[in-house]
Amino acid sequence: MSFYGLVDGTDTSLKNYLGSLSGVDQVGADARAAMLATRSIKTTSKRWAIDMAISMVDLTTLEGADTVGKVQALCTKAVRPDPTDLTVPSVGAVCVYNDMVATARKHLDLVGGQHVGVAAVSTAFPSGRASMPVKLRDTRDALDAGASEIDMVIDRGAFLSGHYIDVFNEIVAIKELCGTRAHLKVIFETGELVTYDNVRKASFLAMAAGADFIKTSTGKIAPAATAPVVLVMLEAVRDFYSMTQQRIGVKPAGGIRNTKDAIKQLVLVNETAGPEWLTPSLFRIGASALLNDLLMQRMKMDTGYYASPAYVTID
Amino acid sequence: METPVSFDYASAPESRAIVSIKPKYGHFIAGKFVAGSKHFPTINPATEEVLSHIALAGKAEVDAAVKAARKAYTTTWSKMSGKERGKYLFRIARIMQERAREFAVLETLDNGKPIRESRDVDIPLAAAHFFYHAGWADKLEFAGLGTSTKPHGVAGQIIPWNFPLLMLAWKVAPALATGNTVVLKPAESTSLTALLFAEVCQQAELPAGVVNIVTGDGSTGALIVNHPGIDKIAFTGSTEVGKIIARAVASTPKSVTLELGGKAANIIFDDAAIDEAVEGIVNGIFFNQGHVCCAGSRLILQENVADEVLEKLKVRMAKIRVGDPMDKNTDVGAINSKEQLAKIIELTAAGDAEGAQRWSAPCELPSKGFWFAPTIFTGVTQAHRIAREEIFGPVLSVLTFRTPQEAIDKANNTPFGLSAGVWSEKGSRILWATQQLRAGVVWANTFNKFDPTSPFGGYKESGWGREGGRHGLSAYLKGVGHE
Repeated sequence: MSFYGLVDGTDTSLKNYLGSLSGVDQVGADARAAMLATRSIKTTSKRWAIDMAISMVDLTTLEGADTVGKVQALCTKAVRPDPTDLTVPSVGAVCVYNDMVATARKHLDLVGGQHVGVAAVSTAFPSGRASMPVKLRDTRDALDAGASEIDMVIDRGAFLSGHYIDVFNEIVAIKELCGTRAHLKVIFETGELVTYDNVRKASFLAMAAGADFIKTSTGKIAPAATAPVVLVMLEAVRDFYSMTQQRIGVKPAGGIRNTKDAIKQLVLVNETAGPEWLTPSLFRIGASALLNDLLMQRMKMDTGYYASPAYVTID
Repeated sequence: METPVSFDYASAPESRAIVSIKPKYGHFIAGKFVAGSKHFPTINPATEEVLSHIALAGKAEVDAAVKAARKAYTTTWSKMSGKERGKYLFRIARIMQERAREFAVLETLDNGKPIRESRDVDIPLAAAHFFYHAGWADKLEFAGLGTSTKPHGVAGQIIPWNFPLLMLAWKVAPALATGNTVVLKPAESTSLTALLFAEVCQQAELPAGVVNIVTGDGSTGALIVNHPGIDKIAFTGSTEVGKIIARAVASTPKSVTLELGGKAANIIFDDAAIDEAVEGIVNGIFFNQGHVCCAGSRLILQENVADEVLEKLKVRMAKIRVGDPMDKNTDVGAINSKEQLAKIIELTAAGDAEGAQRWSAPCELPSKGFWFAPTIFTGVTQAHRIAREEIFGPVLSVLTFRTPQEAIDKANNTPFGLSAGVWSEKGSRILWATQQLRAGVVWANTFNKFDPTSPFGGYKESGWGREGGRHGLSAYLKGVGHE
């Protein structure tokens, strides 16, 4: 593999590559994210943003209590988020554990959701604490069951102890497995990497290793997709594009629960990476509760009234 | 509702219904609004709409204001305890917060600055200055300025048009906290928020004559500067006028503080956090249309990162939203006046003529009003006029350096010395550079951050004295600081 000509797969070249990155000033990044949060998105642009956000949702259920029935309900909702209004777009994908992938794929196809992807969390999600053969088998299972997207977690322990090459090699191996069958999203768990310098470093590491998407969090750890973390990742994909002419996607996940938060994310995308990233193929929002708030806000814009939650399906 | 095809933000205008602007204003003397004799129009620089007519104070009005201030000083304010004075300041601060939206809208209409800045910066900071100085009023003997400090008496204060209410707060709050009374003249193009502040003084039941506001142009300012009944002059504005004032008061017992121009260096070392440095460059020069005396108008870039920084800067500048100041999403508003626009055009033409390369952000400028697109000049050297003279607009001159010492030498090679910025992820380099820079304020890894607790003021032709913090108190007390 060429790794875009940025590294040659050796520890030394990876260290040089990561060492060449400029740092991130935390105060400055926080201030920029806070300033962009003041953007006032109204009327027609709000309506545009709501539909765009719906189409970017990775509708997620990652519970020990997940059942076939629960996943089927989620899939039906993913295809037709509002059964009374067919102008509402489908979401980007459903996101499940790998033993639910076959169920999800089958049910999506059954309800006319061939265009909706199935994302499987992988590599011993959420902790990433398993041996490499287990992680590979985990991923292969999901692919064989029909996953079109793999959301893998990185080994944060290896990253924090400076064994970047181990993190890199894992991503390379999983990417090789995905091949052309599935898109690879690489989850950093930014709440465990903590510093923005680490987030920037992890972003460039994952992109060079072959990630199609970089993703903030598992949703199991707080803080998750904070605005400055997403800002730093969007800056990384923008810079990576100017280095390689390759656009890598970004997926914030965890903590984005209402329309206002989702629109703030779209503003971050628009003014950081640029409008080219405002498409479900380059930006996704991992969420469960968000979708219903987007639907309620959409209804409000159409009717002028806030509907009772009874008018939005619970699953 | 038709859905657009892209994420062009729909207009999000702030309502102007909250302000009521009178067709004509007088002066505020001895606690009352008194009619003026002559008037001149004040306009919204974003639309050229005439907002109101402002009175031009002549000798009679200035005399009356000084007399009222003297009387208030002698009979009331100098006799009041610091604790009581503090109560009035707290009250004013709270009313300013309560009426913040009204102040913000009025400031934006009269000045042309974006509502986001008047709402998030000017007005909250103005209130913060009153809160801060309210706290000092009863603690002056603990300020480390001696135990028997005394106010000067009557302060004549002349403020500029770039931060009208904020500059008023910088002047009035410390003067009142230390026991002085004031005669204040706002800039001729931006008098409206000062006149609204006069209403706040009434609402706070501030004793009559403690704050007097006379409006007018430079001739009114000269009457204040030369008035024998005034004990202290505080001026913020151009170096040119500052020199005239310094000469005028030289043979008098008047005490004086001057906050004048600048040509600040913003130094980016190659180990800086580049994305945040780019934000700092943008904030340094395009904040408030570059109408900022401490603006980072000279970008001094280490050569080995110059291309990368400039490329990122241009990408970022293309995202700056220039236009209707009342739109909540506007980043850069209107140039404050036709005269200022002419000055910016003249100096940028000199940049072209002297061979610097101009690049302006691609943006559509409104057809009415006064506008100038955010602009950078590259290939600038110390010998260019645009590297030496204050443009006071959204124009950045870019210079480069090879070694840290060269950066410092270039930064200090100016008649000004108000502010500077240093960007590096290396703490030792920041500490070294900040010690070498001859500027009153040095920001590290940030720019244009203001706080009432921090003294502000210049070296060399950037001024005399400090405003804000403990140091700023000394300007309004006898026997300490500049006499």
